[in-house]
Amino acid sequence: MNAALRLLAALATGLIFGLGLSLSGMLDPARVQGFLDVTGAFDGRQTWDPTLAFVLGGAVSVAGLGYALARRLPRPALAAAFELPTNRRIDRPLIGGAALFGLGWGLSGFCPGPAVAALSTGALPVTVFVTAMLVGMAAHQRFVARA
Amino acid sequence: MSTYASGFLGGALIGLSVALLMLLNGRIAGISGLVAGLGRDRGLRRWVDGAFVAGLIAGPPVFALATGAWPAMRFVAPLPVLLVAGLLVGFGTRLGSGCTSGHGVAGLARLSARSLAAVLTFLGSGILTVATLRALA
Repeated sequence: MNAALRLLAALATGLIFGLGLSLSGMLDPARVQGFLDVTGAFDGRQTWDPTLAFVLGGAVSVAGLGYALARRLPRPALAAAFELPTNRRIDRPLIGGAALFGLGWGLSGFCPGPAVAALSTGALPVTVFVTAMLVGMAAHQRFVARA
Repeated sequence: MSTYASGFLGGALIGLSVALLMLLNGRIAGISGLVAGLGRDRGLRRWVDGAFVAGLIAGPPVFALATGAWPAMRFVAPLPVLLVAGLLVGFGTRLGSGCTSGHGVAGLARLSARSLAAVLTFLGSGILTVATLRALA
């Protein structure tokens, strides 16, 4: 029923996400890696870049208000129901997957959101990273999810 | 505008996007999950997730049109390392059910203990990785 509006809402929220990433400085792998360089704050190099903490703080605050509002509503404006994760277990796939992700994130300064958004810059390193990321996702789907 | 202020405002826009996608479409704005879903889902759901990803990709050029400058990007790794890192990020985010957006923003915003565990793990792993890189350099 609301198919066209739902498509428009997805396009608009995706654009807002991409604009937010652009403004926040998080498309810059050196800045992201600089945040993870926490030891740089203590060893005299003065290389730690806390910007990402401000980005996460802003994002979680506004998203938290939106989610608090969502809890008071019977359903979303354009869909039948809120789709929320039901798995609450803190298990080995969660921790192992997050650890592998952190390794790749630290090596490259890229996580999925900024890397996908930056595809529009046409930069070769971005294309290489995202292509490999899609292969990694397909490998999980092929060898783990269906196993 | 200072780097921290633009970081906070940019973050607030990201949070707005996450909030609106839930309030309007009832969906978690987790980028790794949405991108992976494009290869798996069929019908309207695939189009809706594709529209979100298209909007995301349009973000930097629209930002460039509005401000007169593309967002800064300084790459920190050679292509072979980016290849390995991409594989790790793709596989790891699926195995761990999320990335910086799904666990980091959406998960923390709904006070999920599972997401907090994921965030602390990938932050710890990322910090350890960069500390190792710096020690080897």
